[in-house]
Amino acid sequence: MTKVLVIAEHDGQTMNSSTAKAVACAATIGAEEIDVAVFAESAGEIAAQARKLESVSRVLTIENPANQHALAAVLAPQVVKLAATYSHVLGPSTTFGKDLMPRVAALLGVNQISDIMSVESAHTFKRPIYAGSALVTVEAPADLPVVATVRIASYSAVGDGNSAPVESVAVDAELPQHTRFIELKASSSDRPDLQTAAIVVSGGRALASSENFELIYSLAAKLGAGVGATRAAVDAGYVPNEVQIGQTGKIIAPELYIAIGISGAIQHLTGIKDAGTIVAINKDEEAPIFEVSDIGLVGDLFKVVPELIDAI
Amino acid sequence: MEKILVGLKRVVDYNVRVRVKSDGSGVETAGVKMSINPFDEIALEEALRIKERGEADEVIVISIGASEAQQQLRTGLAMGADRAILVTTDHTLDPLSCSRVLHEIINREQPGLVLLGKQAIDDDNCQTGQMLAAIWGRPQAAFASKIELSGNIARVTREVDVGLDVIEVDLPAVVTADLRLNEPRYVKLPDIMKAKKKPLDEIALAALGIDAAVPIREVFFEMPSERRKGIMVDDVAGLLAALKDKGLL
Repeated sequence: MTKVLVIAEHDGQTMNSSTAKAVACAATIGAEEIDVAVFAESAGEIAAQARKLESVSRVLTIENPANQHALAAVLAPQVVKLAATYSHVLGPSTTFGKDLMPRVAALLGVNQISDIMSVESAHTFKRPIYAGSALVTVEAPADLPVVATVRIASYSAVGDGNSAPVESVAVDAELPQHTRFIELKASSSDRPDLQTAAIVVSGGRALASSENFELIYSLAAKLGAGVGATRAAVDAGYVPNEVQIGQTGKIIAPELYIAIGISGAIQHLTGIKDAGTIVAINKDEEAPIFEVSDIGLVGDLFKVVPELIDAI
Repeated sequence: MEKILVGLKRVVDYNVRVRVKSDGSGVETAGVKMSINPFDEIALEEALRIKERGEADEVIVISIGASEAQQQLRTGLAMGADRAILVTTDHTLDPLSCSRVLHEIINREQPGLVLLGKQAIDDDNCQTGQMLAAIWGRPQAAFASKIELSGNIARVTREVDVGLDVIEVDLPAVVTADLRLNEPRYVKLPDIMKAKKKPLDEIALAALGIDAAVPIREVFFEMPSERRKGIMVDDVAGLLAALKDKGLL
């Protein structure tokens, strides 16, 4: 019997949109049952959001003060206990899921599938390798549990018209004391979240300073857009790490992506290939970004972007 | 601490645009430039800095693979590692089996810290460090951008989706390096010469007595569908018109 357990990602109050996308992936496996597990100190609000997700059969809450922060070493033994009756355990391919799921897989004694972009059958999946330069179809052993992360840019969130039952579950697992949460330094911003924003405006090394990056923020504000950046811009300190897009940053799929002063390295392009429309503004007409952009404009960003801000 | 163990994977160089073989059986790696996985190089640089601060005595680099991986280990030795271990196998090992190999070497060497890259840029799996920590029953700190050691504790700042999070782990532990942990040093010619004299031990995989895990089978490789080149516009007015045309403004 095919039963899928999806591990919910949340911040203690609000469920992350990655959960609804992981459920969307689970819904294509052809499972008899899809359950969502919420590990939290206090799971009530998150469970109330999770139970609305379409395709979900049950929401399981595992409440424990030790689950206040998502520490992989603490969560993994609990997920393993819960996983015993499931054929598949899925998490999102976010830093949360990438940290947790391999630890779960190793404790279960199985290999893990990273970044599912499509489900071909209950044990066959497609995933990107080499920064998305190639795709590989992989087959997991049919007689072992499948542990996987879901490439969330490949899926649209399921609807929220459901009202699945919520069950509190006691998990008897020995939890380690060797890993302790100290603090989270999240930059407070009222800009739309990069991974859910319909429009993302992104800047590269050509911005040349954090002061100049204000141009990107201004355009984003005009458009109600999220802000992204290349690795080079983050390395140079123009913007914080959490806005990096690409192979080792975030993989996004906005309706509109505006790449400003970005040359288009393969490692960056893999993060945006699912965007609806890509606009590129770059002064170098040979820049590789123009090979993948739907609308290209060759020009000096310091002239073009202010004009654009005025015109919108 | 006495020892730091650092994993170095031999991968296709990050500047190479890989091609899938025409029969879909794999990715073309013949005649392609190979390098140390960039994240592993960052892990090694961090280990060397810890040693240079006097907080560790010895840095050991390890790789698993064919004898060609000696090149990457020699580069690691030239960067400053003290000795190298190559676990030889002609097969590509899955991440869980790799973790079991690393665990066996840990049992023999008893390092106080294991530093790995957060992911390899070939298979992009991002698994081995976390799996190793699980098997070893020790803490993991993935995606590290800062490591501070004090006695038997490491305080690690991690690059996560919402920003930076800080955790504290008891040693020994596995830490995986993210991009901004440091900038690896360049290897100088005299160091390459010196590295030739440093010990590089080869151990056959079979001699370790590891239970191989069941791999995820790679059935078929293909190139992704390419985005097509779109239109070019001359100015901001043209851009706005094109966006309106698509219903995006």
